[in-house]
Amino acid sequence: MRRVVQHLKNHFELFGLTPAFALDPDRLDGAYREIQARIHPDRFAHAGDAERRASMQWTTHVNEAYRTLKNPVQRGRYLLSLQGVDIGAEDNTAMSQDFLVRQMEWREQLEAARGEKNADALQRLRAELRGERGDLEARIGARIDAEHDAKGAADLVRRLMFLEKFDDDIDAAFETIEA
Amino acid sequence: MALLQIAEPGQSAAPHEHRLAVGIDLGTTNSLVATVRNGMAVVLADSQGRPLLPSIVRYAPGGEVAVGFAAQAQQANDPKNTIVSVKRFMGRGVKDVAHVENAPYDFVDAPGMLQIRTRAGVKSPVEISAEILRVLRQRAELALGGDLMGAVVTVPAYFDDAQRQATKDAGKLAGLNVLRLLNEPTAAAIAYGLDNGAEGIYAVFDLGGGTFDISILKLSKGVFEVISTNGDSLLGGDDFDHRVFCWALEQAKLPPLQPRDARLLYVKAREAKEALTNHGEAPITARLSTGDFVDLALTTEMFCDMTRTLVQKTLGPVRRALRDADLTTDGIKGVVMVGGATRMPQVQRAVGEFFRCDPLNNLDPDRVVALGAAMQANVLAGNRAQGEDWLLLDVIPLSLGVETMGGLTERIIPRNSTIPAARSQEFTTFKDGQRAMSFHVVQGERELVSECRSLARFDLHGIPPMVAGAGRVRVTFQVDADGLLSVNAREKTTGAEASVTVKPSYGLTDAEIERMLRDSVEHAREDMQQRALQESRVEGERLADAVRAALESDASLLESGERAEIELRLGELEKALQGDDHRTIKRASEVLNRATEEFAARRMDAGVRRALSGQKIASLGG
Repeated sequence: MRRVVQHLKNHFELFGLTPAFALDPDRLDGAYREIQARIHPDRFAHAGDAERRASMQWTTHVNEAYRTLKNPVQRGRYLLSLQGVDIGAEDNTAMSQDFLVRQMEWREQLEAARGEKNADALQRLRAELRGERGDLEARIGARIDAEHDAKGAADLVRRLMFLEKFDDDIDAAFETIEA
Repeated sequence: MALLQIAEPGQSAAPHEHRLAVGIDLGTTNSLVATVRNGMAVVLADSQGRPLLPSIVRYAPGGEVAVGFAAQAQQANDPKNTIVSVKRFMGRGVKDVAHVENAPYDFVDAPGMLQIRTRAGVKSPVEISAEILRVLRQRAELALGGDLMGAVVTVPAYFDDAQRQATKDAGKLAGLNVLRLLNEPTAAAIAYGLDNGAEGIYAVFDLGGGTFDISILKLSKGVFEVISTNGDSLLGGDDFDHRVFCWALEQAKLPPLQPRDARLLYVKAREAKEALTNHGEAPITARLSTGDFVDLALTTEMFCDMTRTLVQKTLGPVRRALRDADLTTDGIKGVVMVGGATRMPQVQRAVGEFFRCDPLNNLDPDRVVALGAAMQANVLAGNRAQGEDWLLLDVIPLSLGVETMGGLTERIIPRNSTIPAARSQEFTTFKDGQRAMSFHVVQGERELVSECRSLARFDLHGIPPMVAGAGRVRVTFQVDADGLLSVNAREKTTGAEASVTVKPSYGLTDAEIERMLRDSVEHAREDMQQRALQESRVEGERLADAVRAALESDASLLESGERAEIELRLGELEKALQGDDHRTIKRASEVLNRATEEFAARRMDAGVRRALSGQKIASLGG
């Protein structure tokens, strides 16, 4: 694994991609599969210990890289870290007033839907937030790839992170309703 | 993707002989062994032509161990010593077992996994399962005419680490080289997908005797990718039997039964359930040892009523799996039905209504898992050439984490992560001068540790004294391709090597396995030396084979000196293999393994490069 890392500057290169927030998912998937087809532990199940171990380590690394690039929040965070910007997910929770207000509104809608056991309302809320996420991803792409404003993008990635977590909360609400 | 149609002859990469490999479905109710012969996956039957082996083990008087039909015939006469559905006990404690009060066994609670007291002594579920696997191994060796190079053993996708480890240990104990633990629904998807040239997103609904799995897979040109999986490892056909059994008790107004009567009534309940698949009504009649006579009639309607909640119970995991895959039922092209319990019409109906499509039933739900496992075993054994095999990307079913302050779970590897996977997390000391740190490894989705499965507890000692918060310990979780976890903790502030690696889930140590092997009936008669020699030879030849193949294809990655060193060590191993000292063979294998570590690393690297050069965008340095 060290070797791959030595030669490759980042996860994007591992998959033959240019470092950018906007990426072609088909190309990422294609490259990932091409690599896996050659190094996956299933290829070395009948080999010696050394090869089996190496295969597991490499595959683990490739899986982690793929997971990072596949997920928009992780990709944004990773890309910004390459540009020296830490999005400060843990301690920097400062967000614009208007986003905070909307968060509260979404929370209220979620609680209401949960209380009423209203799956349709949950579904509508999810659809709205999915739309929101799509818009946000487009803005992050523009901010990083076109405007080269890593610092400005950090705030947007944090918002995206919030929306992703909120999606888990919607899942949990579905669970409650279905139980 | 119709790979099955490709003719087999001359298919292997090198003109090596066909390596004998099998797939084993170690089921709750029945077990099977299958192999790929002349390009076709086939289930291997016993000498009387019966493909299924009932997963029943009886420790008979006189030290004989009966497995399968012979044990089944005695289950009502000797319930305490005849273990059925042992799979339910794998990696489980007494408190985890449903309906434990109805089981006729003399349980011994042991840390991690229960044991059962039989007339042949106290047996762990691992040993009992190994008896079943051993019979299947012998059946395969007889049918194929040689020692097996390896086996793929299937497990429910929703099995946790403890259950997986127990299954792998059972395989080792049965003398199998376990090439891979394969998730049952994934095995079914391979068999179904290859047989039907399926492309698109499919669900596999697998209701077995004791476990329920739902997996969502994407099938596309030679790739089987599990997107999400869910299930219930305590839900299966057995529970339907149990409902019928309880109903019969109630209807016949019977007092609590003797173990033998209970077993008899259970068997009758199961027979009635099976009869209802094709009939509207089934009788339940039994003469008990108390003289009571049970004479009842069960209709389809009554059966559906009493099991409605069980059928409903499968849909929760289905919804969760779809949500994790970010899909609705509209996105599912077909639902493959697997497991004998999916024969029940009410299950078929419920699945059809939920997915709004007819379930796919064109494969025998009892055999499809074993067939898929055999196909995968054939690939793993190296019997197919590059380009003619497929890629399988599977996931872990349950999140892995550690306990933090307040009994909460800190998730380290989330469920549905593609395996192999690794993830690290840092923890800091919370007291001045703290010298050790305790870790509790858990698996599950709940926030409270008490509601997750405890896999292991371990301590890291030797942390140098520092102020609170200054000591930093990095905990790394690694899940391998079998879905098995190992955990490493390392203190990194000072670089003073305080490090510990644990294999959790009460996996057996090699010494324990050796002891069990010695204790087992088969091997008491066998010369242990002979066995060790046999094993070291198989292992050594496999390694020599692999190194020769690697040199053939990738010698250009080596400097001449490096190549000479590997060839020297290879020669030494080949020479050791001519002799009959297992220690010499083992040592030569280890030396060759070490000598090829760097070569192995370069080969992986070259693999990545070749993958990328195919895309003409890569700008890899070096």
